[in-house]
Amino acid sequence: MPGFAVRLLGASEALVLPLAALAASMVLFGIFVTLAGVDPVEVFALMYKGAFGTAFSIQNTLQRAAPLVLAALCTALPAQLGLVIIGGEGALVMGGLTAVAAALALPAGTPPLAVQIAMAAAGMAAGGAWIALSGALRHFRGVNETISSLLLTYIAIAILNHMVSGPMRDPASLNKPSTPPIGDANMIGSIPGMDVHWGLVFGIVFCIGAWVLMDRTTFGFAARMVGGNVRAAAMSGLPVGRLLIITCFIAGAAAGLAGMVEVAAVHGAANAPLAAGYGYTGILVAFLARQNPLAVIPVAILLGGIDASGGLLQRRLDLPDATVMVLQGIIFVVILASETLYGRFRVFNPKEAA
Amino acid sequence: MATAADLGFWTVPLAIFAGAIRVSTPFLLVSLGECLTERSGRINLGLEGTLVMGAMSGYAVSYLSGSPWLGVLVAGLVGSLFGAVHAAICNMPKVNDIALGIALMLFGTGLAFFLGKGFIQPKAPNLPAIPLGWWSDVEQIRSALDINVLFLFGLAMTPAILFFLNRTRWGLVLRTVGDSEDAARAAGFSVNRVRLFATMAGGFLAGVGGSFLSLYYPGSWNEGLSSGQGITAVALVIFARWNPLYCFYASLLFGGAGALGPALQAVGITHGYYLFNAAPYILTLGIMILASSSTRRFSGAPGELSVTR
Repeated sequence: MPGFAVRLLGASEALVLPLAALAASMVLFGIFVTLAGVDPVEVFALMYKGAFGTAFSIQNTLQRAAPLVLAALCTALPAQLGLVIIGGEGALVMGGLTAVAAALALPAGTPPLAVQIAMAAAGMAAGGAWIALSGALRHFRGVNETISSLLLTYIAIAILNHMVSGPMRDPASLNKPSTPPIGDANMIGSIPGMDVHWGLVFGIVFCIGAWVLMDRTTFGFAARMVGGNVRAAAMSGLPVGRLLIITCFIAGAAAGLAGMVEVAAVHGAANAPLAAGYGYTGILVAFLARQNPLAVIPVAILLGGIDASGGLLQRRLDLPDATVMVLQGIIFVVILASETLYGRFRVFNPKEAA
Repeated sequence: MATAADLGFWTVPLAIFAGAIRVSTPFLLVSLGECLTERSGRINLGLEGTLVMGAMSGYAVSYLSGSPWLGVLVAGLVGSLFGAVHAAICNMPKVNDIALGIALMLFGTGLAFFLGKGFIQPKAPNLPAIPLGWWSDVEQIRSALDINVLFLFGLAMTPAILFFLNRTRWGLVLRTVGDSEDAARAAGFSVNRVRLFATMAGGFLAGVGGSFLSLYYPGSWNEGLSSGQGITAVALVIFARWNPLYCFYASLLFGGAGALGPALQAVGITHGYYLFNAAPYILTLGIMILASSSTRRFSGAPGELSVTR
């Protein structure tokens, strides 16, 4: 068998197994909705319609995929160094809140583009600092990054609620506290020709940049070496702490940008709906994409589609809005369980079999 | 009958005391359960999802059967079912226990919201409290000393688990599995089976902890019921040095921190309410920073535990 075919077979394992796991999850979910008293065929048909069936639903899907792409990078990038960061939601919230603060701090009459750049910079800096803190605590104090990043998420949501209902509250928002709006002129618009905001483009550019950084530069090589074996990397003189903290900063910056996009393209102000759970779904996207920044893009679109179909399931079949969460949970569990299958099938490793 | 004004400043410490007992109960139950699981060498971050499932199933069963006690039992059984799923999947080679915990956290929360949709409105019978303040005339003291039964259950479980771990044969087996898989295998113990039971027991306690939220305080089921108590309790085990007695003290400390916001609100200090609500998380993070070290492992850490490596 020619060498490239062997490599292709080896690589196809990383595609076939997740797809098989997805199929298995769909079967389990089908059984689940059947038990809940709904026809699974109807559920899947509606999900397809709600996610990818019409031009409107495709736009809705892509709209939701944008923050997911960015939030997934928050888990996928530190994973290259062997860290499990699950605080994307917190970085997203801090990014969105800081972006609004930046927009409100600028004097009226500042050109919209300058406001938007300031918002993006502020959001990325705040989100980056939030996750870099987890990375720094891990490096300097040995604090487990999974737990610290999740605790930081709860703290970030408390800060959001505090600022929105206190210091930054718009007196005009009565029942649902909110910050003052950033102004229609400062909103980021849609990509020409479609009803999808620029956030999706930001996400795709960020993913490609992250892939180049991790796969094509010495920084990325060093980072992946840390992920392989921290002690060996430190012994060979790599600045482990700096690599760790910079990667966490970039990861947090991605989630912070997601928060800025949500604020500047969807909500128009910072308020409680900013913590909509994109950060948590982003963790699932990253694991499903096997922490590969390029694979994050299609997986985020798929998960965005599942997310988008929730409304239709609720309206047509009277299913609770948590139906989508159940499906995501099943996919997550099955994907992780499928990890045990890697290397078990000889089809993918013909050399060893011979 | 005395009123709030008569007690003046003392209202706040009294409210914090009562709140500490109330708020600490789920922390205590979850951390005791997680303590057992982690001593067997595995971490279950999914207890956050287990807690929410326990809260939902306990409330639903209490509503349908009219007996809150049956609700607590079912919550525990649902919790051990989740523990069994975690253990069974983690027993397969190459599956990461931390990642699977995150997955079960999302799955448990989603499933609880799905199944619990119909139980948000109805009112289920709650668990009773034991009035230990019968001797006092002061209303606040009496209500502060209404101690809930599940706290007493946790109080009793603390020495029981301590005894189990340090003074029984099964406890020794569990600790051996947690400290060295090789030693356990050499001695002929089934590592996977021990971890299955340890994770199921941990899930049972976490489920019971969840039923406390829906059946005693706040005492109703809704989707915002748990705000990270499960994950905070997991962190708490780490700085309690995997010792059930320290878990008890740490839970009380956390309960006090968690009660600070509502206690201050009760006397009219509403400024910064949300920030005070975040006190337990800030406290956890602060203690974890102080208790950890980048150069040495935790003293008392089970040798096979992935989080401390």
